[in-house]
Amino acid sequence: MADQAPILELQNVDKSFGPIDVLSDINLKVHAGEVLCLLGDNGAGKSTLIKTLCGVYTPTRGKILMDGKEVHFTRPRDAQEMGISTVHQFGGTFPLMSIGRSFFVGVEPTKGWGPFKRFDRKTANEISVKAVQDFGITRIDDGDRLVGGLSGGERQSLAIARAVHFGARVLILDEPTAALGVKQASHVLRIVNEAKKRGLAVIFITHQVMHALAVGDHFAVLIRGKLAANFMKGEKSREEITDLMAGGEDMATLEAQIAGEDTELHSPAHVRTSQQD
Amino acid sequence: MDMIANLLRRPAAASILSLLGVLAFYVFIGGVDLGNLMGAASWVNYAARIGIVAIAVGLLMTSGEIDISIGAMIPAGAMTTAIISGYYELPIVFGILGALAVGVLVGLFNGILAVRTTVPTLIITLGTLVAMQGVVLAGSRLLTGAASVPLTAPDWAKQAFGQLMFGGSHQVLIVWWVIITTIAWFVLHHTKYGNWIFAIGGDRESARNAGVPVDRMTIILFVLTSTSASFVGMCHAILFNSAQVSGGMGDIFNIIVSVVVGGVLLTGGFGSVIGIFFGAITFAIVNKGIDFTAIDRNWSNLIIGVMLVIAVLLNENFRQLALRYAPKKKSRTSEASQ
Repeated sequence: MADQAPILELQNVDKSFGPIDVLSDINLKVHAGEVLCLLGDNGAGKSTLIKTLCGVYTPTRGKILMDGKEVHFTRPRDAQEMGISTVHQFGGTFPLMSIGRSFFVGVEPTKGWGPFKRFDRKTANEISVKAVQDFGITRIDDGDRLVGGLSGGERQSLAIARAVHFGARVLILDEPTAALGVKQASHVLRIVNEAKKRGLAVIFITHQVMHALAVGDHFAVLIRGKLAANFMKGEKSREEITDLMAGGEDMATLEAQIAGEDTELHSPAHVRTSQQD
Repeated sequence: MDMIANLLRRPAAASILSLLGVLAFYVFIGGVDLGNLMGAASWVNYAARIGIVAIAVGLLMTSGEIDISIGAMIPAGAMTTAIISGYYELPIVFGILGALAVGVLVGLFNGILAVRTTVPTLIITLGTLVAMQGVVLAGSRLLTGAASVPLTAPDWAKQAFGQLMFGGSHQVLIVWWVIITTIAWFVLHHTKYGNWIFAIGGDRESARNAGVPVDRMTIILFVLTSTSASFVGMCHAILFNSAQVSGGMGDIFNIIVSVVVGGVLLTGGFGSVIGIFFGAITFAIVNKGIDFTAIDRNWSNLIIGVMLVIAVLLNENFRQLALRYAPKKKSRTSEASQ
């Protein structure tokens, strides 16, 4: 794996909005057939990092490389054409459209001629259903069903299957399991694993350590826009990762403080001070 | 049973049920002679007038936008034709093209503002509505010195746009309505452009990311909407041999009510051309059919209000039904047979 150029690489990437530095000096690599878990608390810069990767933002400094060559994305479409596909928390699909129709938005299969060129519903339905079933979601068997009628996990699966079908090489999953129940989440994790087996590079954003550990090969923790840790599977325990995500030392200090306040509350010293106020 | 369930899941279901409901109400409570009502031209003519614009507004609304400037565009189309070909006596072709050009221009204005700014299109088109009312009134006064302009159209133009058919009182506009409905039905439900409209209405950003030319589609839909309104105005000017300045406020709401009764979701992403077609028929029957009943005409707005609320509630339920639809399930068939 190491002798091959990573599919996607960030070198010393900074992103600032005016005077505010949201990302600073990010170095990351992700290879084909590898799941990179991006962990971090809210506001740590995960979203900004994703948006930089998928072309919504351009880095203020630093380079993005694909297959070892530098690339410049000026809009999401550029990243997509290079094979970077982002799936958002709720699947980013159209709830009131059928599975077949939503699967092919923008690339509709047609049949017929000239002005009578028609949307080929049958083909669209068959291909979309097959694509999802290939990922092991056999419950989806009718392309006419509306996307909004699927469960959260099924919608995620549909969105991932869609990205893979249209030739994604890098799959960015933005908190795919955040809104899901335990069972649904395990569906999605299975699909992440399947995508990895097919040789995709997956960037899996989450703040559920359990989910990350289940599928991740490589972990990166963001804290206040900086890469606080970057390690491979098995190098750190779950507790260590959780601590890291929560800000490590901060958490320990907070715990100590809370414990301290608790005792203070019941101590006569506390009563005395509040009376003085 | 299955057929009924299938029908109910369609966006057009509520409009067809509303139509049946209104007819039943008129027949049983209003004492209408159904044959008489069906043979009458008044409501069909009216359905065509609002139906043509409703189709375009329906497509626009399916894409998640709204255009209320249509109210001013019907008189604008009529006045343009009458001023060019009536007052200035230029050939009618110029009058027709002039009316359509006014529609295209206003549509472009609305559409470009809609994609370039973040102002809600309700506000943008409210602005155009009021502005066009002003332009039409002041322009007519300035150019002709009157608010009503006579027009005599040649035979071919009368036959194409204004003629009454079947030797009776059905306007040729009805034929246009059916043709436009058929084309819109094909485009919305059977081409990729229709798929784009649904996608834009469902989630604008996702549609854009999937490669749909969202801005271009939005502008085209705005152009179609205001051009369809100026087209209707132009036809009326040719039919009635004159055009008057009017606010057209009533048309706005009548058209939007037809579209909503027709099952189009106000926030976009769901709707059908068949539904809008029946929505316009239903509205026209309530509004004009009341003259055939023993009911006092003044009650018609109450009926429209009640019908609107019922239709929207039905739409809501049917949409849930459509969302829950999962075929080939044992549990599903047992549910249906109960």
